[in-house]
Amino acid sequence: MHELGITRNIVAIVIEHAKGSKVLRVVLEIGKLSAVMPDAIRFCFDVCSKGTQLEGADLEIIETPACFICRECSSEIVTNEFFVQCDCGSTHLECVAGQELNIKEMEVA
Amino acid sequence: MCTTCGCGNDAKATLTNSNGDKVLDIHSHDHGHHDHLHDHDHSHTHDHHHEHSHSPSSVISLEKEILAKNNFLAGQNRGWFEERNILALNLVSSPGAGKTTLLEQTLKDLKDEISLSVIEGDQETVNDAERIRATGCKVVQINTGTGCHLEADMLARGLKELQPPRNSVLMIENVGNLVCPALFDLGERAKVAVLSVTEGEDKPLKYPHMFQASNIMILNKVDLLPYVEFNVDKCIEYARQVNPEIQVFQMSATKGDGLNTWYEWLKSEISNKNQVP
Repeated sequence: MHELGITRNIVAIVIEHAKGSKVLRVVLEIGKLSAVMPDAIRFCFDVCSKGTQLEGADLEIIETPACFICRECSSEIVTNEFFVQCDCGSTHLECVAGQELNIKEMEVA
Repeated sequence: MCTTCGCGNDAKATLTNSNGDKVLDIHSHDHGHHDHLHDHDHSHTHDHHHEHSHSPSSVISLEKEILAKNNFLAGQNRGWFEERNILALNLVSSPGAGKTTLLEQTLKDLKDEISLSVIEGDQETVNDAERIRATGCKVVQINTGTGCHLEADMLARGLKELQPPRNSVLMIENVGNLVCPALFDLGERAKVAVLSVTEGEDKPLKYPHMFQASNIMILNKVDLLPYVEFNVDKCIEYARQVNPEIQVFQMSATKGDGLNTWYEWLKSEISNKNQVP
């Protein structure tokens, strides 16, 4: 449900940077661990962009995998799961990627 | 969107043309002054557009964090707290876990030792604020309406109204919700997640974002353990699985069991509140 507020933010940021141009495409980067559902963003995007210069724009969502660094043995673990255990047996992992929530780029007419 | 002036926010954005050339920094927005410090040069953008007038569209690289505005305002709140030596805690839980009862009890027990004030967040009603006010504590209620969590700008407005004193503790009771409040930094020193034993021991696994974002897990209503199927050890194990550093306090806010550990922690945090966790 927080996706609606987040999508409003996306639309506002894009409108600001488009400076009046028609927006054809918006590319988002959403980490697998970001607590944001891409499908919900897609749904809200149509609603929030209606009547703006974003209406009808393509929405591309790049879902980025999670990456953890083991605090015991420094191994790198790339996964889409929240709960992972390192091969060394440790569960003390630091999340270094997967929580992204970014507007990467946009295409304007 | 910026609540001060309706524009975007602070994060550094660059505008890059379709050849990958960086054209300009789009926006440097200083909320403190409400001036639009757009340090971009329009003639440059236009030049580029003219040069590439044969191309039907242009790609603008933004690399903007969607939550940058909230994070920026949370940073302002954090500075405001630090400057006034205020320890701010963000209490999160599902509805009915016992946040308000925990606050009421804490306020009653510590009112002679610590200066405390409260910001209450709920979708509707001022019921919780009335419960807090009845203890003699200063309180402001924020009603989020359709919103399912507090955001940094709401807190900033609440702070203006509440004016918590210097050298005090501010308890922020977030909207009862184990999902969204995890994403929205308010500028607090720590999040305190309250989980009651009537809820199920696997909550930390079901709502990992919240338990990962929290420094403390309060396991509340332990007086009901004889009547419910709740494995305390399993619950703590699950919480540590998502957040190895989470501290756990077991208590019953209504019966008083275990409250002392929480009070001791609060007092120790006050003495080192200027340190970043």
